[in-house]
Amino acid sequence: MPKPKEQSPATAALTFESALVRLEQVVRELESGDRTLEESLRLFQEGVGLARLCGQRLDEAEAKVEKLLDMQAGEPRTVPFAAGDAQ
Amino acid sequence: MRRQALTVRALTLYVKGVLDRDELLTDLWVQGELSNFKAHTSGHLYFTLKDEVAQVRCVMFRSAAQSLRFRPDHGMKVLAHGYISVYERDGNYQLYVREMEPAGLGALHLAYEQLKEKLGAEGLFDAARKRPLPLLPRKVGLVTSPTGAALRDMITVAQRRFPNVHLVLAPAQVQGADAPASLVQALRAVARVPGMDVVIIGRGGGSLEELWAFNDEQLARAIAACPVPVVSAVGHETDYTIADFAADVRAATPSAAAELAVPSKAELRGAVQMALGRMEKALRHRLQRERTRVLVLAQRPVLRRPLDRVLQQRQRLDDLGRRLSLAVAGGVRAGRGDLAQLAGRLEALSPLGVLARGYAIALDRNGAVVRDATSVRPGAEVRVLLHRGRLATRVVSVEPADL
Repeated sequence: MPKPKEQSPATAALTFESALVRLEQVVRELESGDRTLEESLRLFQEGVGLARLCGQRLDEAEAKVEKLLDMQAGEPRTVPFAAGDAQ
Repeated sequence: MRRQALTVRALTLYVKGVLDRDELLTDLWVQGELSNFKAHTSGHLYFTLKDEVAQVRCVMFRSAAQSLRFRPDHGMKVLAHGYISVYERDGNYQLYVREMEPAGLGALHLAYEQLKEKLGAEGLFDAARKRPLPLLPRKVGLVTSPTGAALRDMITVAQRRFPNVHLVLAPAQVQGADAPASLVQALRAVARVPGMDVVIIGRGGGSLEELWAFNDEQLARAIAACPVPVVSAVGHETDYTIADFAADVRAATPSAAAELAVPSKAELRGAVQMALGRMEKALRHRLQRERTRVLVLAQRPVLRRPLDRVLQQRQRLDDLGRRLSLAVAGGVRAGRGDLAQLAGRLEALSPLGVLARGYAIALDRNGAVVRDATSVRPGAEVRVLLHRGRLATRVVSVEPADL
């Protein structure tokens, strides 16, 4: 999946939580209005990139319900768990 | 020697004193079987506690009896907490009961209190140890029975809040003697799954005995040691199990646990959208401010009508031009009157007038006026215009002007 142009490598590695925290920071800085026009535009760009990343994170989890087997093993196996298995 | 005889009353008081001063007898637990149970209309309870060889009379006053959490019955094995004293009227010692529990349950409660105290002292339940739950967990672990409503409820709630949530079930026994070990193994296994960010451990509601596995010491320690934040969900609104104290977050029910562990996708998306909206608004305002600044500056005359100066100059120019034309026209009008005068002056200046005064005009062979003597050679033909008539001449000699 191609990386959006606005994202720096540092941004792309952020978790949803970190990105949202930074996004809210960016919003506050923009709202304070005490930045130069140039900085404001740069901040806006960063914010857009962060918002995009947040959206990615929300969508990238895969809907799954798995069950663990061999739980004594170092790395337990997983198999799909069907709702019907729960009586 | 005759001994001093005590009154019965004095004797009784003396015995009472002895009993009341004894450390053990003023606060003790007694285990026995209930018999001769009588609930008085007054609300006081009278019964006997006995074992194979002995018995003791008991009374539980109404205020204490009100806090009983079970119904005492003949033949029941109980634990009674209270003090020994003498009932003077009968000359009997009695157990005055403040608290009473069924023996089996009582033991459990005792164990619970003791374990709670022990682990609490070790700091296992400290608020500082509690970890916050991740805002967006990659995977959510469920340690619970694979059958039963608790699991179904958790899956339903989780998928409702976040449709593409990734759940991992670590099945375990949730009651019975094997349950604690089973729960510990499942918890450790699910925490090892890569990407596991939060675990829910729990079961649906039940009696104290059914929930008892969640008061196990090893399970509490495993929860405290878990590398991933743990939410306990032991289906009891008011009672806390030891696992509840050890967990990072306690939920009253499995469904509530799923609400805590799994975020609402719609809410999170909304938060991002709102942030975007606020940003756009802030930037718009910022740009508007800049635009206003520019507009204000642009209003200054220097910028609004930069041609002003030029136009002003041009206007002056036009003005002067007009006046000049007027002057000229006026001059012309004025001139007409002096025409005769002018004519006379012109006449005076006319070359013909000049001739009349005796001057001559020399023309060369081409008809051009000769002004410079050196422009002709000796022998050249030169015509001379006089006031009256002309002469055809030939140059004899040329003398340049003195410089």
